[in-house]
Amino acid sequence: MSAPLLDIKNATQRFGGVVAVNDVTMHVNKGEVFALVGPNGAGKSTVFNLLSRFYTPAEGSITFDGTDLLKLNSDQIPSLGIARTFQNIELFEQATVLQNLLVGRHRHRKTNVLSDIFFTPSARKQERQHRHAVEEVIDFLDLQAYRDKMISGLPYGVRKVVELGRALATQPKLLLLDEPASGLSVEETQDMAFWIEDIQKQMGITVLMVEHDMGLVSAVSNRVMALAEGKELATGTPAEVQSHPAVIEAYLGTSGIQKGGTADKKKTSKGAAA
Amino acid sequence: MDFIQLVISGLANGCVYGLIALGFVLIYKATEAVNFAQGDFMMIGAFVCLGFTNSDFLGLNFWLSIVLAMGVMAILGYLFDWGILRHMSGQSQTSIVILTIAVGFILRFLAGSIWSHEPVSLETPFAGEYVRAGGLVLGVDEILIIVVTILLTFGLYLFFSRTKLGVAMQAASQNQLAAYYMGIPVKRIQSLVWALSGVVAAVAGILFASKGAIDPASGLLGIKAFAAAAIGGFGSLPGALVGGLIIGLIEPLSARYAPDGFAGIARIAPYAILIIVLIFRPGGLFSQTQKKKV
Repeated sequence: MSAPLLDIKNATQRFGGVVAVNDVTMHVNKGEVFALVGPNGAGKSTVFNLLSRFYTPAEGSITFDGTDLLKLNSDQIPSLGIARTFQNIELFEQATVLQNLLVGRHRHRKTNVLSDIFFTPSARKQERQHRHAVEEVIDFLDLQAYRDKMISGLPYGVRKVVELGRALATQPKLLLLDEPASGLSVEETQDMAFWIEDIQKQMGITVLMVEHDMGLVSAVSNRVMALAEGKELATGTPAEVQSHPAVIEAYLGTSGIQKGGTADKKKTSKGAAA
Repeated sequence: MDFIQLVISGLANGCVYGLIALGFVLIYKATEAVNFAQGDFMMIGAFVCLGFTNSDFLGLNFWLSIVLAMGVMAILGYLFDWGILRHMSGQSQTSIVILTIAVGFILRFLAGSIWSHEPVSLETPFAGEYVRAGGLVLGVDEILIIVVTILLTFGLYLFFSRTKLGVAMQAASQNQLAAYYMGIPVKRIQSLVWALSGVVAAVAGILFASKGAIDPASGLLGIKAFAAAAIGGFGSLPGALVGGLIIGLIEPLSARYAPDGFAGIARIAPYAILIIVLIFRPGGLFSQTQKKKV
């Protein structure tokens, strides 16, 4: 295996006295689907926010494709080829689906104010390319019916897909998906699984995702890392991680007293995906 | 004829109010701050142009002075955001509002000290010229104000709908987080919005000064423009212009057609309209707020 696409070494992030991410080392290889799992508060989203450069880790290093991520600002991350979606969906509400996807092309727009205003031949040519790229995404995700609809009027499931589309429109090398299945119906979750597979296999995009739905995780991931309380518990194939004693302990507890909530959650999500 | 005459001069005034209101809305949409110094920016823009072109000061060519004034105001707007507001991000809206009110006072004082505390007129090549059309006597200044406002509006429309920078500004104003992850440098974009509103303020100020005189207290016109922005629905660019036009029209018309002894009604008419609009359409005429689905 050549050098990993994403390499996180000994990252630690503290919030006051809480250690949200504690000395985490992980890498994502080019072309794989890598999932982060763990109970609430395990530090999964914090890892994402470190990659997005919301936070600067107290210790550790993060490199992407040979570039030191910690030297960049949030708005420089997309130009490296990293795109992300958000757990709570962050779209441009007062704009149409098409416009949202076109904003995804921002990093590829090379025109200036004057050529845009006068719509010169070169600006026109670029515009056509961007529209073409966006239409491909619309076809891929079956968004035709919503192309000119305002986001503010769309149901949750569709918004989730639009956000995925906007991330794809940036043509990333690495796609970060923050709970892609949360809030989706069983059917929508299956669609999401197919899309993630296609994104990996047809588009050749590496995927790093945070997800609670173990069914989706097992179906699409090559490797999984389980976190609890900011620490790595286990890394391996979905089956290996699920049967790892430390993971079972984190979900179910050791003393035999079942922590009902988490145990149930795992069971139901497993059931949902079967 | 009398009526049409009044309408045209009302429209000309309304364009100036509308442009100041536009400055309010640009900044509000991009940064969610209300810049109560917007009227003072307008006044400073007028004085800067006056300082370049009037024979008492530098005596440069009028058209060149306009371009210079727009440039100076763009830089001032950018620096204001970059140097002051950016360090206040995360503070409450109230502190930012108070800050802009304070800046307004400072700008009025500075303008008085640098240029004049008394009204000065801007020396324009078309001062006092007029054209006759039918029975109408139209000041060239009034026609220019209307034409320039239309052109500027069209230019802004093209800018926001077509250019990469304009689209980035819209994106940053709708969702900062998402804008960051589309590769938009949100903070710099916000400073550029301040620069743009500085340019709009300069144009408004020059237009205002070209049809009369300018003094530091003209900055208080911003309050009337604020009413215009609120009538239009704070957050809508076309709304700001329409709000400005409504106020511009209502003033001369209410003065002219008010019953004897009530001509002073023109002074309160803009605010009366504001109250009526806010009662019946709290979001303003062009509000973009959606009713919350439950």
